Amino acid sequence: MPAVGNSVARKDGIGKATGAAKYADDITFPGMLIGRTIRSTIPRGRIRSIRFDFDTAGFTIVDYRDVPATNAVDLMAQDQPFLVETEVRHMAEPILLLAHEDREKLNAASVEIEYDEEEPLFDPERSTQVFKSIDIVKGNVSAALEKADVIVEGTYRTGHQEHIYIEPNGVIAVPEDGGIAIHGSVQCPFYVIKALRCLLGSAHPNVRVIQTETGGGFGGKEEYPSMIAGHAVMLAIKSGRPVKIIYDRVEDMVATTKRHPAIVRHRTGVTRDGRLVAMDVDVLMDGGAYVTLSPTVLSRGCIHAAGPYRCDDIRIQGRAVFTNTPPNGAFRGFGAPQTEFAVEVHMDRIAEQLGIDPVELRRINALRPGDRTATGQTLRDDCSAHMVLEEAIRRTDFSRKRKEYKGTNRTIGLALFYHGAGFTGAGERNLKSKARLELTPSGVRIATGSTEIGQGTRTMHAQIVTDALGIPYEDVEVAQPDTSKVADSGPTVASRTCMVVGKILEECAHEMKEKLGGLTPAEYYKRSGPFTVERMYEPPDWIQWDDKTYLGDAYATYGWGCDVVELDVDPDTYEVRPIKITAVQEFGRPIHPALARGQIEGGTAQGMGYALLERVVMRNGAMANSTLTNYTIPTTLDMPEMDIVMLENPYPGGPFGAKGLGELPMDGPAPAVVNALRHMGLDVREIPATPELIANCVARA
Amino acid sequence: MKFMLNGAVKEVATHPAARLIDVLREECGLTGTKEGCGEGECGACTVLIDGEPVCSCIIPVAQVADAEVTTVEGLNGVHPLQKLFMDEVGAQCGICTPGMIMAALSLGPAPTLDEVRTALAGNLCRCTGYSAIYRAVMKWRGMPVGDTPGSAVVA
Repeated sequence: MPAVGNSVARKDGIGKATGAAKYADDITFPGMLIGRTIRSTIPRGRIRSIRFDFDTAGFTIVDYRDVPATNAVDLMAQDQPFLVETEVRHMAEPILLLAHEDREKLNAASVEIEYDEEEPLFDPERSTQVFKSIDIVKGNVSAALEKADVIVEGTYRTGHQEHIYIEPNGVIAVPEDGGIAIHGSVQCPFYVIKALRCLLGSAHPNVRVIQTETGGGFGGKEEYPSMIAGHAVMLAIKSGRPVKIIYDRVEDMVATTKRHPAIVRHRTGVTRDGRLVAMDVDVLMDGGAYVTLSPTVLSRGCIHAAGPYRCDDIRIQGRAVFTNTPPNGAFRGFGAPQTEFAVEVHMDRIAEQLGIDPVELRRINALRPGDRTATGQTLRDDCSAHMVLEEAIRRTDFSRKRKEYKGTNRTIGLALFYHGAGFTGAGERNLKSKARLELTPSGVRIATGSTEIGQGTRTMHAQIVTDALGIPYEDVEVAQPDTSKVADSGPTVASRTCMVVGKILEECAHEMKEKLGGLTPAEYYKRSGPFTVERMYEPPDWIQWDDKTYLGDAYATYGWGCDVVELDVDPDTYEVRPIKITAVQEFGRPIHPALARGQIEGGTAQGMGYALLERVVMRNGAMANSTLTNYTIPTTLDMPEMDIVMLENPYPGGPFGAKGLGELPMDGPAPAVVNALRHMGLDVREIPATPELIANCVARA
Repeated sequence: MKFMLNGAVKEVATHPAARLIDVLREECGLTGTKEGCGEGECGACTVLIDGEPVCSCIIPVAQVADAEVTTVEGLNGVHPLQKLFMDEVGAQCGICTPGMIMAALSLGPAPTLDEVRTALAGNLCRCTGYSAIYRAVMKWRGMPVGDTPGSAVVA
């Protein structure tokens, strides 16, 4: 029986279920101190003075003057300091670090900071500081708009979303022989290394990052752990002792990144019979106070902004701008959930204005193989927009229910969506990811920096190597990511861990198999000793991409999805109760069907929270509802029945036909929910669609 | 003060207002009980006190004097639910899993899906959307999985 395509035993073992698995906070080191971050309490201004209202004996105290080399978190730009020097740009910005061995004394320490406050900027529409702008032009949208029978316009808004990985952020920095080791809850150990090299410079060349078992990420542990690691390392250097920093829930919610809020404007020309002839889209994203990953979030958002539809004349303009709020960052979907929400709600509004069935409108316009996307990419046979749409319609008896529910308190809606897998454009080529296979006395070991954060990296990679090498699954082990011991396979983001890193591993396995010459790993090892195979990713040679014009093959392939949501709405309170969600998704081929289904179920749940529940309230530039009491994610009682359908349409460039999957399920639920509300006559153009928001929409109408 | 911990008498010298979770994790070395929010909302720290699931982050240790406390370690790694959580992918990242399992233990012998949902309503999971957790729990109790949310692969 092949490993790929079967739900084999997971490489995680039983530790997650017995409590034996060690997360960052479960680990201690002799002499370890606990670290605490003192943060700004104003959104904008300058530090005038700092006063310690406690006996500092026994404390390690670090400020920006302790930075060994460069006070900047090295990501896309070097604008964000590890510790504020004088200028505060957002609430909860790190200013000082304290460490002590006694948690109570540490928490009791009081620091008074006086500021010269300045007028903060919170409204992205008034911001003139642009982190990144993007202009995608296909054809001539102005001319095409003039020829359209009907023009439909609309503005759509999406709010912040907080990741709520159940394990908050945390790391431990440990001085060791000739260097420092960082143990932590991280998605991208090599991002942390890069940031620490910049922070520490040549004085501390030997740093390594070891990923501990990680209690969820969803993008939230992509870039921010570099900040925390830098803090812990500075405290460890100054004290000469191991230092652990674990955020509590409030600190994690107030200080770390969130999904970018977005305002998306559409102006679309259509023919009377429902053909899209011109799409003019404007995307505005609130980046917060520093660049972080905003340029790439905006990029993915813009590329997906025209939805899975063909149209000859498209213009998509995007801006990510500065505000005096904590920087927003990576979150599953990475810009696409915002723009796909907008275009899918807009499509139902177009259908409404034309008097065309929304399914029919999508049938007319959905992309097919051979069609060209907004960036001019000609789609190949792995385009499945129509396949997922038809299966979702058939399976849910959509058209009958759509009529039947009209005029009742029950309703039904859908969304069609897609998601590019891997880094955008030339990203994978520039990344030069590597993966390594090591021969061991009893089999092989996978040595990559790709992290297991719950999605099944260990298992899925082992399955690919098992079948490519033709050895028993049990003989494949997976190394814990330790940057001093594994190959840099790039970050665990962008739905690339299976499709891209899995592909390199498949090729490593083929090379190793040839070298084994028919022997088993154990036989070869006994005869000739160990060897390793390391390979670099080679993207498909046909990929052409121009970063200046934003034209070309944006992604090697796309996953496709159609979600159908049925829900009840209380006509008095506008409380929404989801009844059922059907998620039909095509992502090449599932390597491990049970894990893949888990990705869809979990991503769909996050999408349902995004649609209905998860409202971040910002007050004076900080999250005001920064507890799980008043920022609510779906519980068992909020989630409806889910019907998950995995369709197959293999991507020739992926391992065993697999595409990326992790982010795709996040794109569909929100527009499907809001389109269901529209079918009830509720003109909602914003999420989360809380009862208050729906009531306001009704009042306005 | 004394309490029963996973079947054995445990004596701890700690402030009576100390949080039970801290006593378990730091004084008793039982790190299987996880802290997700510190305010009794997420359920990751669920343990059984005299058989009832309770959030150990909002319980002062004084409250368990002479009571019987069971943590995930008390299942000795052999409880069928533990394997089912892995096999059914009811555990993804695993951080909510010990608490989720402890909460599920309070279920009766033949729970309906609605009873499972209600019993686990105080335990947040951000990875699974809960369906796989229902599958693990229903299989443990020998209940048909057919009435749990379904799924299919169409080639």
